[in-house]
Amino acid sequence: MRGAPQISLNFLTQSTSGGGIGPAIQGTLILIGLTSLIGIPLGILSGVYLAEFGNNKYAATMRTVNDILTEFPSIVVGITVYGVIVIALIGEYSAIAGAIALSFILIPIVARTTEESLKLVPNNVREASLALGVHKWRTTLSVVLPAAKSGLVTGTLLAVARIAGETAPLIMTILGNRYFFQGLTQPMAALPLEIWRDSLQPQVSLQAQGWGAALILILIVLSLNIAVRIASIGRLKK
Amino acid sequence: MNGAGATFPYPLLNSIITKYSTNVKPNAKINYQPIGSGGGISDLKTKTVDFAASDAPLSASDAAGAPNAVHIPETIGAVTLAYNLPGVPSGLHLTGKVIADIFQVTITTWNDPAIQSLNTNVTLPSKAIVTVHRSDGSGTTFIFTGYLSASSSSWNSSVGQGKTVAWPNAPGGAIGSNGNTGVASTVNGTQYAIGYVELAYALQNGMTVAAVQNPAGNWIRPTLESTQLAVQSGAASGLPAGNESWTSVSLLNAPDANAYPIASFTYLLTYKELNVIPGMTQERATALVQFLWYVVHDGQDLAPGLAYAKLPSNVVQIDEATIRSLTFNGQQLPTT
Amino acid sequence: MIILLITGYTLTTGSVPVLQRFGSNFFFGTAWNPVEGRELFGALPYVMGTLVTSGIALLIGVPLSLGIAIFLVEMAPRALRVPVGYLVELLAAVPSVIYGLWGLFIFRYWMLHYIETPISTYLGWIPIFSGTPFGLDIFTAGTILAIMIIPTVASISKEVISAVPNSIREGAYSIGATKWEVIRYWILSYGRSGIFGAVILGLGRAVGETMAVSMLIGNATGPAAIPTSLFKPSQTMASLIANGFLEATGSLEVAAYIGVGLILLLLSLLINVVAHVMVSRLLKVKGGAIE
Repeated sequence: MRGAPQISLNFLTQSTSGGGIGPAIQGTLILIGLTSLIGIPLGILSGVYLAEFGNNKYAATMRTVNDILTEFPSIVVGITVYGVIVIALIGEYSAIAGAIALSFILIPIVARTTEESLKLVPNNVREASLALGVHKWRTTLSVVLPAAKSGLVTGTLLAVARIAGETAPLIMTILGNRYFFQGLTQPMAALPLEIWRDSLQPQVSLQAQGWGAALILILIVLSLNIAVRIASIGRLKK
Repeated sequence: MNGAGATFPYPLLNSIITKYSTNVKPNAKINYQPIGSGGGISDLKTKTVDFAASDAPLSASDAAGAPNAVHIPETIGAVTLAYNLPGVPSGLHLTGKVIADIFQVTITTWNDPAIQSLNTNVTLPSKAIVTVHRSDGSGTTFIFTGYLSASSSSWNSSVGQGKTVAWPNAPGGAIGSNGNTGVASTVNGTQYAIGYVELAYALQNGMTVAAVQNPAGNWIRPTLESTQLAVQSGAASGLPAGNESWTSVSLLNAPDANAYPIASFTYLLTYKELNVIPGMTQERATALVQFLWYVVHDGQDLAPGLAYAKLPSNVVQIDEATIRSLTFNGQQLPTT
Repeated sequence: MIILLITGYTLTTGSVPVLQRFGSNFFFGTAWNPVEGRELFGALPYVMGTLVTSGIALLIGVPLSLGIAIFLVEMAPRALRVPVGYLVELLAAVPSVIYGLWGLFIFRYWMLHYIETPISTYLGWIPIFSGTPFGLDIFTAGTILAIMIIPTVASISKEVISAVPNSIREGAYSIGATKWEVIRYWILSYGRSGIFGAVILGLGRAVGETMAVSMLIGNATGPAAIPTSLFKPSQTMASLIANGFLEATGSLEVAAYIGVGLILLLLSLLINVVAHVMVSRLLKVKGGAIE
């Protein structure tokens, strides 16, 4: 990786004025957090609905809609959020607009993977629980979901990894910032933006900074991945 | 305070902001993000930023969407022709007409008499020319197609000038690449290719570039000096005031005998009366005015080191008048 | 659902000017000229470009992904399973810009020297392989898309295959099926719906990808973008929007890009309906599996 020589404590903690990507790292972590907070519950909820309660016309439409959304170019999501949130609602580029745009991308992916993992839970598991007189919602929550855990975790992590690296919608929503986080309704920095901008600059030093930022982004996603795995393995053992 | 727009001046503005916020105003928080000239102009219209930057001046329809906006020329861009011809070093002679004919595919091979006769000292290969252009909308394309339109009437009538144009399809291949990086990498990696990149990019990356004939008949290589001469002679007189239209301003084919012919201003844009921007305060307006003042004065000293040309003094004077005319709630603002 | 409505509404209202001006020519025209005063917009070449690149991505990506998934679940020793699984998922975390830059600086030369040049030398007489390859073309873009969808498709298929109950495997073996037969007839068929879901997600990524594609596809516009040969520069709808939208100036030009977004929405709808019909046929014919 070309990015390795770039990395120093300074690089990681300074703002752009100090030649670092601190604000971008912070921004990406905030974006991942906010987006997960908005997107994962909604995505899992839709997935559960589709898999467990989805034997009707309405759910079939919803499933198709969901599949279409996963095919949506992220830049079109960016255009929509730019029009609705940036221009009409807030009037400024803002961190929250970025999180909303990324949630739009996250939700359909999580919903689809959730549905697929739940479908794979053998029906006799459900029947056993229902036979014991457990209500359908309780069955879903405490029997089916845990049984599909591995698939849920994989799907969610893949989705989070995908949004962590998204560039196009961020250009039109969070704008980017030279400084550390200044509020949810203010422009914010993020690693993919930093990578994209730096790598297209003529200055060799900026290009190198772009490669460094790319390495950091991959490391963040990787460590997130490992952390969640360890946590879920730990719980399974209990 | 937030600004957005052209990619081209980003490295310069970045350095100026860094120096300004370390040496001059430690508390100033100025955030400039390169989203492209078109994006900058649209943000100016929607007032989502405090200032914008663009490689092209506001057109009549843009100006109607952003009433009372002002132009502040902040630095100068030049466009170079980079090529990949094995065995041919920098300095291939090209004229504006020949360049237009190459991109318009009336010249399709390197040893076409029109090119060979300009370069009697080298033997050009009989290979099909591959043209490379920017695929993303870009101020660089705007400047370059403006030059082609000025050099060739057939280009002007059939293709024209724009940030994106309908590129004619060369038999050897016409490739669109993303950003200066994309064009440069494509040219470097494709034999018999020719493309256009910004001066700063060509200089910083040591690309093989053509010498272009200027109106005085001289073959001029793109350098900081020849670009500087272009702006000094091309903008010597007749410039409009900051609040007027700049659409007719051109540094192309500047009169100086040693001036490089493909150059253009890039502009900072904001509103004359700053209270039209939502959330603007007296304090923020003052900070903006002081920063703009710094950009056209001390900030210019950073330009040559980053391969940008400095503003000549008569342009700085026009900028001074423009910046002094900015108001908040009708009040003038201190420039230092 | 609501997201789709908002998006659909925004896209429809946004594209009204261009639809009014060009009518059906916007869908079936091939010209693309954004110069002010000479505007002419037709989206057909980019629709074709999108279909061809995504098709290549699926053709290359899906078999490879299934191979990886089957290998990991059914054959690989435990010691290999976990690290390789992580590696595949790690690929999903690489931002698309990086795929694009890697493609532009390195991968396209591999494609050019080791794949495209030989094919063009020996098979150049076949129309789809005609033209001088540069490495920046439909084939390279489709291949990079294949690489980008592998992590998604492989990881989800892996989950699907591991979830196939062991009783099914044992049952199949007990009637004397070989390993390949078990995989082919029992496991893939039991997990069909899940694997289909994985492919849809992969397809979604391929159709909607912007950054990497625009760096590698050569970005032709107008009639030149019609994908007549795999070794020609072309353009997808997503890359067209990414290239032009941010710098679009005239209101008609902005409307044209939004209009392309709308076509993309309609195309996704079509792809999905077709895919659903195909799957439900499959399910009916083979029957017996899940659902």
